[in-house]
Amino acid sequence: MPILLRGIAINIELLFALLAVGLLVGTVVALLQVYGGRVLGTVAAGYAWVFRGIPAMVLLFLFYFGPSQFGLDVPPFLAATLALGFRSSAYQSQIFRGALQAIPQGQMMAARSLGMSRVRAIVSIIIPQALRLSLAGWSNEFSSVAKDTTLAYVVGLNEVLRQARIIQDRHYDLAMLAYIAVALLFLILTYSGNFGLGALERRLRIPGLSAREGGG
Amino acid sequence: MGFDPAWLGPLGRGLILTLEITATCIVVGIVFGIILALGRVYGGRAVSILCSLYIQFFRGTPLLVQLLMIYYGLPSWGITLSPFLSGILALGLNTAAYQAEYLRGAIQAVEAGQLLAARSVGMTKLQAIRHIILPQAFRLVIPSWSNELILMLKYSSIVFSVTLLDLMGAAKRIVSANFAYTQVFLVVAAFYLALVFIITQLLRLLERRVRIPGLGTNAERP
Amino acid sequence: MSLLQVENIHKRYGKEEVLKGVSFALERGETKVVIGPSGTGKSTLLRCINRLTPPDEGRVWLDGSEVTAHRAEINELRTQIGFVFQHFNLFSHLTALANVRIGPVRVKHMKKDSATRLAMEELERVGLGDKANAYPAQLSGGQQQRVSIARALAMSPKLILFDEPTSALDPELIGEVLYVMIDLAKSGMTMLVVTHEMGFARSVADEIIFMEHGVIVEQGKPQQMFCAPCHPRTGEFLNKISELYGETA
Repeated sequence: MPILLRGIAINIELLFALLAVGLLVGTVVALLQVYGGRVLGTVAAGYAWVFRGIPAMVLLFLFYFGPSQFGLDVPPFLAATLALGFRSSAYQSQIFRGALQAIPQGQMMAARSLGMSRVRAIVSIIIPQALRLSLAGWSNEFSSVAKDTTLAYVVGLNEVLRQARIIQDRHYDLAMLAYIAVALLFLILTYSGNFGLGALERRLRIPGLSAREGGG
Repeated sequence: MGFDPAWLGPLGRGLILTLEITATCIVVGIVFGIILALGRVYGGRAVSILCSLYIQFFRGTPLLVQLLMIYYGLPSWGITLSPFLSGILALGLNTAAYQAEYLRGAIQAVEAGQLLAARSVGMTKLQAIRHIILPQAFRLVIPSWSNELILMLKYSSIVFSVTLLDLMGAAKRIVSANFAYTQVFLVVAAFYLALVFIITQLLRLLERRVRIPGLGTNAERP
Repeated sequence: MSLLQVENIHKRYGKEEVLKGVSFALERGETKVVIGPSGTGKSTLLRCINRLTPPDEGRVWLDGSEVTAHRAEINELRTQIGFVFQHFNLFSHLTALANVRIGPVRVKHMKKDSATRLAMEELERVGLGDKANAYPAQLSGGQQQRVSIARALAMSPKLILFDEPTSALDPELIGEVLYVMIDLAKSGMTMLVVTHEMGFARSVADEIIFMEHGVIVEQGKPQQMFCAPCHPRTGEFLNKISELYGETA
């Protein structure tokens, strides 16, 4: 059992690392897609399409084994973080983009009419609202990605699934139990994640504002 | 540093296997998903809870864990399944859970008045469900199910880890011989993207064919 | 030199020309009301004045500075022009106080305490001091619009543009907004108001501008416009509106 716990700790580390990458890159991509003009916008959209369309497995292999062809040795954790992180950024960018586009035009107009520059308006008015609107979709992404961390198994990361395999190799008859234990650990992980994000959403909620309306 | 055209043969066969697996598991998923959804919405208390537990388990745990559980775990309980069967089962059971949830949402989105109207015309509950609720629910659920299909196409790649020679498995086999990782996997990525593109377009056509004027599916595919 | 000078504004949307050469001027302290049938470009005109919608042709001067100039410091100029929208457009993630305060803090770089004091003053001025910590979604339409007026006032603008400020309000809420506007006009604020509220126009406007089909048909003092209009269309329109509102011209 302790082995499994050590394993899941790695999964959690990976989860937060890749979510961070995903958030950073995803936000940039979303902003580019909505505000970047035609060329940048299309590039951003293209990036999102490519990184959503390629299976996570393929990305993991490309990031882990690919560089070895050129003599670079990429540690599994880094490869997984980058591969899954960029993939998540593509999904997160779409969530954020939807939120940005859901904000009524009037908000930008009002900001500009006060004399705010476009950048200032985006930073002070649009983004704070978009972040709140994104929480629901982001919650889904969190669950989804938490489970995907197990895919790093194929690049040899010492995460929980690999630990389960090790148990299976040593104690054949405990195999099923080991896997069930892993499953339960993930159930706990996803539930607490959802719970935490739900609480965050409640805390950040603007009184009276539902996800649809844009306050007049 | 090139790509040997000879590799296209095995990759092509892998592609076909990928499609076979995806198609099969989707069918399993749809059939089982419908059963689960109906159980959840219309079954009695016990059935509903049972279905709910199943759904929560398969949605809350990683797909890869489910696959390995079936392929490596079950044998320790005396049940051994072939790689192909394990793959289909894992993917199918998993997608069934998601599809059940989507269908449940769709069924509940069909207005309550429809059921009342059907009953008042004299239909039994079963008839009402079969002829009135489900046809509408199915149309509402198409975007979500299309999404699931694409997702399954991509996730089918995990079956290589139980020795199946799908697109991913074939690729792995090739590179284990000659280490041309980048080229091969870039081509594989391109294959998947092409598949995703084609299937997305086909699904869009399907959606349009089946649409009822005025009855909105609230997700117009972005 | 007029405070606001508008010269020959043209605006096209696709094939349709919505503004066909509009010119007029506004002096310090004046309140002018623009009336006319819907869709005749009145709102577009207002948005052209502060370049939220850039005009295709024509020029606008604010106190000598050309707003429409290519190199104009548009953000700076916009701080001098207040704008009140038909749909309020309050920032939904900010309280009333924060809404009023954000302009002075973020654009004019005022210190937070002085800005807060200023914001409270303006909120009190429109009668909403007690709602400082409410969010827009918690306020009625009339309250939201008054906050938006306070928000415009907090920038100490040289003039305020009102784009059908009461059209989106329930009837019983219109009064509270009009009172604030009448008060403002009497206190000497320069205002350009697009509205259907004839009572307001008649009692407060220094001049009424009647627009139709993208051009100014006639402009003049309220007395003259209502009782002895020069142009037949003016008379027709005013009569129709007056009938609708149960007034006599």
